[in-house]
Amino acid sequence: MPKQHQQKTKQSPYAADRGIPAAYEGETVTRRRFMEVNAMTVGGIASAAFGLPALGFAVGPMFEKTTRSGFEPVGIEADFSDTDYTQKVITIVDDVGEAGKATVYIRRFNPELDRDHFRQPYIAISNRCMHVGCPIRYVQASQRFICPCHGGIYDFQGIVTGGPPVRPLDRFRTRVRNGVVEVGRRFSVTDALDEMYSPRDPSNHLNGLWKYLYPPRPTT
Amino acid sequence: MKLPTPPLPKALRRRPARPGSRPSRNGARANGAVHDLRPGARERDGKPSSKGGSQIDRQRLKDQAAEVPVSIAGWLDERSGASPFMRGFMYRKVPRGTNWFYTLGSATMFAFLSQAVTGVFLAMYYNPAPADAYESISHITNEVFLGEFVRGMHRWGATVMVILIFLHMARTFFFGAYKYPRELNWVIGVVLLVLTLAMALTGYLLPFDQRGFWATVVAVNINASGPILGPYLADFLRGGAEFNAITLSRFYSIHMLLIPVLIAALIGAHLYLVAKLGTAAPPWMKAEKAKALAREEV
Repeated sequence: MPKQHQQKTKQSPYAADRGIPAAYEGETVTRRRFMEVNAMTVGGIASAAFGLPALGFAVGPMFEKTTRSGFEPVGIEADFSDTDYTQKVITIVDDVGEAGKATVYIRRFNPELDRDHFRQPYIAISNRCMHVGCPIRYVQASQRFICPCHGGIYDFQGIVTGGPPVRPLDRFRTRVRNGVVEVGRRFSVTDALDEMYSPRDPSNHLNGLWKYLYPPRPTT
Repeated sequence: MKLPTPPLPKALRRRPARPGSRPSRNGARANGAVHDLRPGARERDGKPSSKGGSQIDRQRLKDQAAEVPVSIAGWLDERSGASPFMRGFMYRKVPRGTNWFYTLGSATMFAFLSQAVTGVFLAMYYNPAPADAYESISHITNEVFLGEFVRGMHRWGATVMVILIFLHMARTFFFGAYKYPRELNWVIGVVLLVLTLAMALTGYLLPFDQRGFWATVVAVNINASGPILGPYLADFLRGGAEFNAITLSRFYSIHMLLIPVLIAALIGAHLYLVAKLGTAAPPWMKAEKAKALAREEV
């Protein structure tokens, strides 16, 4: 073993010294080696030429803002009370039929009940459970939002009181135009109900240090 | 080390000549063959055509017909050199104690082939657009000839494949067949398992009914629960922040193009390693001692 090693280190860098036929003076890279490297490089460039655009094509939607930005009217102000939720259906994504629709629970802001800092005239709560995204429903008798899949329970403000969900229910921006209530973009919240975070997926924690593990995405 | 070539199976071996018969051109013997088998040879010999002559003609045609597959196989083999490979692959030796549990891998592969074939034909009728997917599936099920059967094969075959792949994995585990030198094959098998489950997941959405839709929503959100990369992975799967118009076609493309190609390629590698390394004997089989090494102690 050591002998072989010695031999290898002694080998001359010059092709001519190694007895390679037709080597010219000072040649260190043999023609064979040169062609090998060239063929590999050309092959690599050719593969990248179709591979990279195809990959970019596939991952492109990850970097485009795809959420709806406008407001959608849901009814006149008289339709809503400030002590109870009214159920409305809005379109979150166009062109996918029922799959793009979502139920929203809407109630007028009530200074006696609500302590949040969002300054929205109406409270619009998303029906998407914050565990893994099943549709929750509001149960009038218990004044709770309840998820049928894995038993997530939220109180009147949408804050988790039981089950596996990791954060309060998402909300939507609201505004009133000419007496008509309009629902806008989704935003995510923490238990403190103090800051409007860009919408995160269900299952993404937002409290404390968790929010650094679930960063905002380019799509929202 | 070079293994001896396994013998040809009996059916492919050349038959010995019957006593009193003469060899035909391919060396096979025909019963009661005469000197000249060409048509009309008898007439040219000056003998009148008879019942015996037409019998001989029939025999000659039979001989020629028997020669056709042999000569086609020979033509291909001469140009591809496939027969030593195929013989080594198909007629390789298996250890003593090989039993029915060893067929689970092949069963899984045939489940995959069945999925591939039925899937290709389902794709002829299926339309991966959110507005049409459910309609096209119900068209397949209710109107297309044998549609219910082919879709049923695909739908239940998916479950069968998942069950079989787990049984195959259990066999490998309990027989210790994952140990040296077969670890790489175990790793390939695990990748195949994951790909099979990914097939099950992506295929679940395609009927675009309530169950498939909500299962996909939940599955994508489970992907999103991974720290840091999870939310981006979910965006990649959906092609956006919400379930949208391209999600279904993405799942369809992944289901019928991306993963099947990967599975087919990995099955090839899996089988190559099985043929190369051989199968492992069941754990209850004792290694046989060579006679020369056995020593009797009294």
